Amino acid sequence: MTEQVQQNLIVGIDVGGTFTDLIAIDMATGAVRIAKVPTTLDNQAFGVVAALKQAGVALQDVQTIVHGTTTTTNALLERKIARIGLLTTKGFRDVLELGRRTRPNPYGLKGKFVPLVPRALRLEVSERMDAEGEVVIPLDEGAVRDAAIKLREAGCEGIVIHFLHSYINPSHEMRAFEICHGALPDIHVTAGHQIVSEYREYERGTTACVNAAVQPVLDRYIRRLREELKKEGFTRDLLVMQGNGGTISSALVAEAAVNTVMSGPASGVMAAAYTASLAGFPNVITYDMGGTSSDVGLIRNGVPQVSAELELEYAMPIHVPMVDVHTIGAGGGSIAFINDAGLLQVGPESAGAFPGPICYGRGGNRPTITDANLLLGRLNPDALLGVHGKVALDDIAGAILDQVGKPLGLDAVSAAAAILRVANDRMAGAIRMVSLSRGHDPRDFLLFPFGGAGPLHAAALARELGVPRLLVPVRPGITNALGCVVADLRHDFVRTLNKPVPAIDPAEVKAVLEAQIEEGRATIVRDGVEVASIVIVHSADMQFQGQSHILTVKLDSTDIGREALQQAFERAYWHRFEVELPEIRAVLVNLHTAVIGKRPAVDLATLTGGRQAAGLAEAQASKRQVWFDGGWHETPVYVREFLPLDAEFPGPAIVEQLDTTIVIEPRNSVTIDRFGNLIVSVQP
Amino acid sequence: MNAAVNLDPVTLVVIQNGLQQVCNEMDLAFVRAAFSPVISEALDRSDGIYHRDTGELIAQGELGLPVFVGTMQFSTQAVIERASDVQPGDVYIVNDPYLGGTHLMDVKFVKPFFYRGKLFAWLANTGHWPDTGGMVPGGFSANATEVEQEGLRLPPVKLYKRGQIDQEILSIILSNIRIADQRIGDIKAQAAALTIGEKRLTDLLDRYGADTVEAAIEELKARAAQRMRAKIATIPDGTYEGSAIVDSDGVVDEPLVIRMQVRKQGERLVFDMTGSSPPCQGPMNSVIATTKSSIYLAMKHIFPDVPINAGTFEPLEIVDPEGTFLYARYPRPVSGCAAEVSQRIAEAVFDALVKAIPDQVFAAPAGTSGNFALGGFDPRRNRAYVMYVISGGGYGGYAQGDGLSNGCSTIGISKTTPIEVMEQYYPVLFEEYSLHEGSGGAGEQRGGFGVNYSIRLRRGEARASMVMDHGRTGPKGALGGSDGGLNTVVVDQGGRIYHPPHLSKDQDITIRPGDRVMVSTPGGGGFGNPLRRAPKLVANDVAGGYYSTEQARDMFAVILTDDGAVDGPATESLRSRRAKAAAE
Repeated sequence: MTEQVQQNLIVGIDVGGTFTDLIAIDMATGAVRIAKVPTTLDNQAFGVVAALKQAGVALQDVQTIVHGTTTTTNALLERKIARIGLLTTKGFRDVLELGRRTRPNPYGLKGKFVPLVPRALRLEVSERMDAEGEVVIPLDEGAVRDAAIKLREAGCEGIVIHFLHSYINPSHEMRAFEICHGALPDIHVTAGHQIVSEYREYERGTTACVNAAVQPVLDRYIRRLREELKKEGFTRDLLVMQGNGGTISSALVAEAAVNTVMSGPASGVMAAAYTASLAGFPNVITYDMGGTSSDVGLIRNGVPQVSAELELEYAMPIHVPMVDVHTIGAGGGSIAFINDAGLLQVGPESAGAFPGPICYGRGGNRPTITDANLLLGRLNPDALLGVHGKVALDDIAGAILDQVGKPLGLDAVSAAAAILRVANDRMAGAIRMVSLSRGHDPRDFLLFPFGGAGPLHAAALARELGVPRLLVPVRPGITNALGCVVADLRHDFVRTLNKPVPAIDPAEVKAVLEAQIEEGRATIVRDGVEVASIVIVHSADMQFQGQSHILTVKLDSTDIGREALQQAFERAYWHRFEVELPEIRAVLVNLHTAVIGKRPAVDLATLTGGRQAAGLAEAQASKRQVWFDGGWHETPVYVREFLPLDAEFPGPAIVEQLDTTIVIEPRNSVTIDRFGNLIVSVQP
Repeated sequence: MNAAVNLDPVTLVVIQNGLQQVCNEMDLAFVRAAFSPVISEALDRSDGIYHRDTGELIAQGELGLPVFVGTMQFSTQAVIERASDVQPGDVYIVNDPYLGGTHLMDVKFVKPFFYRGKLFAWLANTGHWPDTGGMVPGGFSANATEVEQEGLRLPPVKLYKRGQIDQEILSIILSNIRIADQRIGDIKAQAAALTIGEKRLTDLLDRYGADTVEAAIEELKARAAQRMRAKIATIPDGTYEGSAIVDSDGVVDEPLVIRMQVRKQGERLVFDMTGSSPPCQGPMNSVIATTKSSIYLAMKHIFPDVPINAGTFEPLEIVDPEGTFLYARYPRPVSGCAAEVSQRIAEAVFDALVKAIPDQVFAAPAGTSGNFALGGFDPRRNRAYVMYVISGGGYGGYAQGDGLSNGCSTIGISKTTPIEVMEQYYPVLFEEYSLHEGSGGAGEQRGGFGVNYSIRLRRGEARASMVMDHGRTGPKGALGGSDGGLNTVVVDQGGRIYHPPHLSKDQDITIRPGDRVMVSTPGGGGFGNPLRRAPKLVANDVAGGYYSTEQARDMFAVILTDDGAVDGPATESLRSRRAKAAAE
């Protein structure tokens, strides 16, 4: 154990669509190393190893690697999933194909849906439970065995057991699980209630199928990664990010593979929560703007909002607790055009990565948000032009003039400004709807932009939303990797009760919550990773009788009386809807417990790199003309890492760094906090 | 446009977005706070902003139920005509079908919006109430013959006066509807949504100025009309015929026919329903507001990216269908118009225009709401209940793909209530919820599939009622495609099998413990000649059990070998024989 003394490095590695990012922090000295390498799509493990090499990390010095992977998310979106079979209640094998009777869009009766399990691999067995959990038809055990063998013969790598009402009485599912497991020990078996014990057969069944469909894929990937790392001499802790914003040991991760879906966006929000909390801002809207879309997340009182009702794509609900990240269809590549009504429209069509914006020089010829930013001086023309072959600024101006300016009677620059105004207006509207639909007024929040393009638009968005302040972290481009480093171990448990408050037995509530705590603690022991402390968070999903929407209420202890429950709910309801309904009873739907194993705190002050200049003047690289408020302004351009920590300056300004450009508007004022965060005050 | 106002093109777009946001926020507030699952889950509601003087639609929420596209402008006009002494904080309530309504269950709230002391616009929303009285719980009577049997009819009256609810009117309403105790929650939610709209519209006017916003509204209306005209221009000039059939009116067992002639010439698009069936005795009449909205809705489904405002509909010329069941007048019963007839009207539009622009339109969707209600008393819980099952069906095939299975009704965007929820609340056991095999209409692109469900009553006695459709003829195929499979209802009453005489509409069927109701919903119409469907795709469908081997042969002329592979030569020879027979 002597070498353990030297193992001071904690490494976060996030695999994104384009880049694999790494941040390594020496917990003893605070020294930071970062790396950015291209993502290796076929086997993400190669990119991970390449990032470690680029950063010059010696694996024998590493205590923990925390890994965020898109393996499961990509497998689902591209449908490169395992062949799985379904065992379900007689009469209900099509539930997972029929869905909730929806269509992809409100208007237009077109669209496609492909079930996760082909119809021929969905088999029925005789059994039935009723809504009270009483057996109506006993389980035909022989049929279970026969069906399981049939599915293996059909080439299934995994089997899902999904019976009606298993959330209230899982005995049939458990027995069927034993039978399948006994008959086919080499095959993954997922019983629906183990993944999520909530009512609603489509959602629970789909979530279970998602788990089974990505389990073999994740299992293979993690094994390969461990082998690659072992070859390089690494044998310590490997943790994997989950969609709930917490981590889990790589040894356990495949058991509930579904939990790793959407872990990338989750780790970004975790990093934002950590960074903003340290900086003294507990309420935050995160805005991660990429090329084709943007992700919006909400943080309240330092805690990222979690939802168990997200949909990965049309008709693919995944009902495990995940950091609530909402994707809006606007990014740097969104295309601007004049529609049939003669009105300027930006998006939702995107130029994507190929051909991309005109300025990428990959053959794109339709103006995008990025092209408008370039023409208005917000992006540095010298830094961006000619990614693939030179494109002249004049060509971009010409395209914007022809396609947007002339039809509106504007010159190229005014047209570019119009593109940004319409795009910002639309994005602000979308952020507003996201926050309102989750019950929050954006004006009470701080805006936290990250990703390549977030800081370009944040000041304008904050102004539109009435958000008074924004915080640009030190390294916006590696926020997700930072999220890996700061994330805690986390395990979530949900159990459906669905009883009116007057009918609740407080002892039952206590028993459910305590059982969930115990299961969480046991899982953390199985994780085998050292934790500083364990934090338990309970909440209750509640509604008024007759309603179908759920409101989540935090519970302060496992001992909660009926009266207190009712009051807590009524308070939350008033806060959200400003409606009082003393006439109607409240119902306790689900009990939720998060068991969080706190990991050692990370000092963010060292992220700045320590290359600050003595004064503001020395941090300024140049000046350039930037368009604001209908006119060109001579605008100072600063180099982010040279900005002194006590610097204060007014807008307009441009701050450039390797992975992003920050736009400071006139009437904004900037300060820098001791962690190096840029705090921008935005005047309405 | 007001010449004094300088309206630049960017401000115009920003105001358009702003108006839309106001409506979306109203939609959101309504659905989140609503009680009845019809609103909170089925999203059966809509919110919009209407013109101060004309009641014309200015903007409508994107999250609203499609059936309400354009309808509330008619009811808002009815309020404007009758309103006197309009004060801030007033809210009118109205559900009269003949005054720009749909059916009685769609209850509208209409609120004057004042800006700096002046009436600027009207805010209105509709919510589908689970009950408004009448002869059957839920309001979908299958055989009412006058509107009084269908429920409480409210002309425009002030439910709120200067922000205070009128307890006297409220008590009249609550005394005339079922499950009244939960209604107050919906009423408050519906009114609160309008209050949110007021706040947000005030913010918008504060920011851009009333004159600018007013000028923008006018300009946006003109632009929307321009946009619809550009879409119309893509339709080749000509006369296109379409039709659709309603099984019966529920009282007289005869089909009702909708004839839809669409005439396109230059920028004009005329919808003429002359020759459709006369007014009917039963509740399948459509009021004119619903008839018009159904055409608007059909066009919005064909051109989904056009915005919804009065200008969008301006270029659509609808000849008043006087003397037909599509222009109902008092006291004709109308409870089926919003849920069923509206969808048949839309299908008739699709049927006509799929011939004109086959790349954009689709074969007919199942298009019935499949309304089924079971009302009874649960002795174990000692309470009365009404259970609703609303079903989906297959969508029509289209040039780019097969139809979707179990899609929502054409007019809706709701989700089904999960079986696990139904069984928690009602004394029933579902014995099946499965895909209606073979129901997808044959075509080069086949239709999607409907649903089979079967419900067994466990305790107490109950009565079943239903208003469905497509029991007589399936959703129409297009351009050589076959019709989708039929809707069927079978009731097993202690071993005695009962088929509703009107196939898809019936009322007060006695159901005893152990009895079973079995419903199959329609599949979508096929698109294009089934002989052109790739045999491999047919074989795949047979492997999944979507069609039988016999159906593959009969519907697609594809012969499969015993192990399920395509028998190429046999298929080719059968297809050429069929093609020859068809040509003769």
